[in-house]
Amino acid sequence: MDVTGFEYRKLSEEVSPRSPVLKNCVLAFLIGGLICAIGQVATGLSMEAGIEVENARLIGASVLIAASAILTAFDVYDSIAKHAGAGTIVPITGFANAIVAPAIEFKTEGLVLGLASKMFTIAGPVLVYGITASVVYGIVLNLLALFK
Amino acid sequence: MPERKGQYTVTLSGRPTILGYSAVAGKREGEGPIGRYFDMVFEDTTLGEKTWEKAESALQREAFTRALNKAGVTPSQVNYLFAGDLLNQSIASTFGMREYGIPILCQFGACSTMAQTLALAAIFVDSGAADICAAVTSSHFCSAERQFRFPLEYGGQRPLTSQWTATAAGAIVVGLGGSGVRVADVTIGYITDFGISDTNNMGAAMAPAATETLTAYFNDTGTKPQDYDLIVTGDLGAVGSEIFLQLMERKNFPLGSNYSDCGLLLYDRNKQDVHAGGSGCGCSAAVLCSYILDKMTAGELKNVLVIATGALMSPTSSQQGESIPGIAHLCHLVKME
Repeated sequence: MDVTGFEYRKLSEEVSPRSPVLKNCVLAFLIGGLICAIGQVATGLSMEAGIEVENARLIGASVLIAASAILTAFDVYDSIAKHAGAGTIVPITGFANAIVAPAIEFKTEGLVLGLASKMFTIAGPVLVYGITASVVYGIVLNLLALFK
Repeated sequence: MPERKGQYTVTLSGRPTILGYSAVAGKREGEGPIGRYFDMVFEDTTLGEKTWEKAESALQREAFTRALNKAGVTPSQVNYLFAGDLLNQSIASTFGMREYGIPILCQFGACSTMAQTLALAAIFVDSGAADICAAVTSSHFCSAERQFRFPLEYGGQRPLTSQWTATAAGAIVVGLGGSGVRVADVTIGYITDFGISDTNNMGAAMAPAATETLTAYFNDTGTKPQDYDLIVTGDLGAVGSEIFLQLMERKNFPLGSNYSDCGLLLYDRNKQDVHAGGSGCGCSAAVLCSYILDKMTAGELKNVLVIATGALMSPTSSQQGESIPGIAHLCHLVKME
């Protein structure tokens, strides 16, 4: 072909439509914010009911996780996520969705090799690097404390 | 007998006939602009099966059975089957076709499989190796997503360049004689790779392959785009088609209003949320085995070039950072007076 690979990739970039970044950012901000507000309301109501702040925060997170899992199971979460993008991925609801979705999908391959093993195909890296980062953070914090 | 013409093209002098054909599809495809041409539309895309893979196999069986019935042929009369799909180890075809007891060669050409299987069926018949052959091809959105991308319920955003894998199957029974549409020539394409590695932009990855195969065909046969009623690519979609048109112009074979793409014919992109259009083996299979062959049988189209395109990557090669190799195979179909 009389086009080089570089020229071709440039041509393909010109022709390919770009994602509407501004619209996506605004929607992610609004829907992500709404999800966090729901968590805050659940935490606040728990505290009103006389639950200690630490436990009230756990209840707030649990409400979001449960809601996300149920909406995922009823084929609703992905329809919201289509518009919300990072707004539904970043909050804890996104993590719940990333675990429940493969669990539903791969149960046809059995409870052990399907559901249980594939459950972490998307969320696994978050756990691995999240836990690793927290360990590194802990070590650095302790080393700094030595020089105080 | 099949004879070579030029460097890449094979002319089938006996002009094997399409004795019967059938396309079946899922709900979304049935709601598309050519939905009424399908022999059967399944509102329930599980087809009553427990897994998506079984559903895809059932789609193949449905299309194959209907094509046999239309051709008036029994399974035992079919000498060879050429079947293919997108799944690992071609399981949709293996499990879909296992009950028939017909000698089979499973094919993988990604989304180009319909043209690949039809070309082989026609060459086998024309060479005298077989009296009757069949080409069967399928894809299923749900079985493809779980193999190539994410679980169905995962909340991700699809880029505008991405295409929608068709839930559909097509089958063609090829033999000799009769008044049906004939296969006149086939051009088998070679792998073309310009370094596109975005699996959400397969149209761009496949457009150069379509350009190479179509140019090779024009050079081998000494024909030009205006000689055909319809030139249709497999599933380049909106992005790939636009690039393809520009590349063909650079090759001095500019295409006019007789050009279309199966990925754009299958869905209404404004209403159906499929972004850049349709893809998957079932896309070109369903469009060819319904709309195009119906129009040819009715005599509305007489001289047609079908160039099915495929993106030959796997999740492994993509994760290892490889680019996407493209392929395109061409079948020249004619309706004789």
